[in-house]
Amino acid sequence: MIPASFEYVVAHSLEETVGLLAKHGSDAKILSGGMSLIPAMKLRLAQPVFIVDVNGVSGLEYIREEHGELRIGAMTREAALERSSLVKHGYPILFETAKVIADPLVRNRATIGGNLAHADPANDHPATMLALGATVVAHGPHGDRLIPIDEFFPSFFASALEPDEVLTEIRIPAPSVRSGGAYIKFERKVGDYAIAAVAVNVTLDDHDTCIAARIGLTNVTDVPARATSAEASLVGHRITEQAIADASRLAAHESDPKSDLRGSAEYKRDLVRVLAGRAIGRAVSRARGGSH
Amino acid sequence: MSMKTVNFTINGEAKSVQAESRQLLVHCIRETLGLTGTHVGCETSHCGACTIHLDGEPVKSCTMFAVQAEGKSLTTVEGLAIGGTLNPVQEGFWEEHGLQCGFCTPGMMMTATALLRTVNEPTETEIREAISGNLCRCTGYVNIVKAIQYAQRKMHATPAPEAVLQGGD
Repeated sequence: MIPASFEYVVAHSLEETVGLLAKHGSDAKILSGGMSLIPAMKLRLAQPVFIVDVNGVSGLEYIREEHGELRIGAMTREAALERSSLVKHGYPILFETAKVIADPLVRNRATIGGNLAHADPANDHPATMLALGATVVAHGPHGDRLIPIDEFFPSFFASALEPDEVLTEIRIPAPSVRSGGAYIKFERKVGDYAIAAVAVNVTLDDHDTCIAARIGLTNVTDVPARATSAEASLVGHRITEQAIADASRLAAHESDPKSDLRGSAEYKRDLVRVLAGRAIGRAVSRARGGSH
Repeated sequence: MSMKTVNFTINGEAKSVQAESRQLLVHCIRETLGLTGTHVGCETSHCGACTIHLDGEPVKSCTMFAVQAEGKSLTTVEGLAIGGTLNPVQEGFWEEHGLQCGFCTPGMMMTATALLRTVNEPTETEIREAISGNLCRCTGYVNIVKAIQYAQRKMHATPAPEAVLQGGD
């Protein structure tokens, strides 16, 4: 469990980070929380030649509401999200997501930016950010670039970041009136990846008709993905028990899980159905003003 | 292979060590500094036997590089007792039989000490959540929870029900 040798540099600014990335290209890897990268290096699944430690870059740990958005610095630790009363009360879906990532010790180091940039379909934030319609801010040699989350996961374990870009911020639209979200994860034990998890965000009008719905799936697709048919089935309708059941079946159908030690594909697909139903129900209840 | 000089304090003592970039912090603590109380269990970030405090926060030292400790303040299990007096958490593990083989104990105690520093009166659920990144294969956790509750009472000087009863003997 000894990683391959590498050169290690602490960057103290974004400019320095980008300069190092530009110089070393695909040989370089950014180290933020290290909770995915270091285990991968120990297993030699990752063997970066050059490590740019961005823990020395100040000003990237924050959670604040600004310009009608929740803005989260990329180096914000999961534990900080969990402790934030703004997140807990204003964005319960995000609180629920941070709280089920790995374990409390890992969450003291793990960062939200790393969780997204790693682009692992088993990670928890991607599905939630897909449900929330987030935007990712990438900083490169030419300044900032905004990447819609729907375009952030182009292929297996790849993000839309260019080799000389660093993820600096996540922007989440402030919740509209009568909207609500939920993230429900099913795991074998604390610290494991999800067998499956579903993130849902819905908006209702005054007559309880669903006017917007986004559903993200965790660890049941090759890349973090939305269940768009399930979303479409909800929009324009009152969300009845039947509507939830129908949408859940569509979400299960849209998932593409693989059989592995966490369960068979059939089991996981049915789990998506069950979790989608629960998450839609909870999100709708929150949109109607319930706390649960 | 390039060695780097890394400066940090550990258990209150300033240290300057030579470390290869890829050296894990836990190996630096155990092998370079000879502080073998911090254990290497799974080496895969799961078991928490390697838990130390990094600037006061419990983290898994097998999932950090030693070079990342530059300028930090570290505490290991060797730093818990002061002047030969066990800290309340250590005393709790002793009194409540919070260990059997003892392998997970240093990590458990580091996590518990950090918990009690930030939460005054954790519920049993909060205690169990806090130690959910520390695996124990012996005790079934029941006595570990009791040990942490013992420490909590001791720190807040609330006499335990048992202690009150024993007082009448």
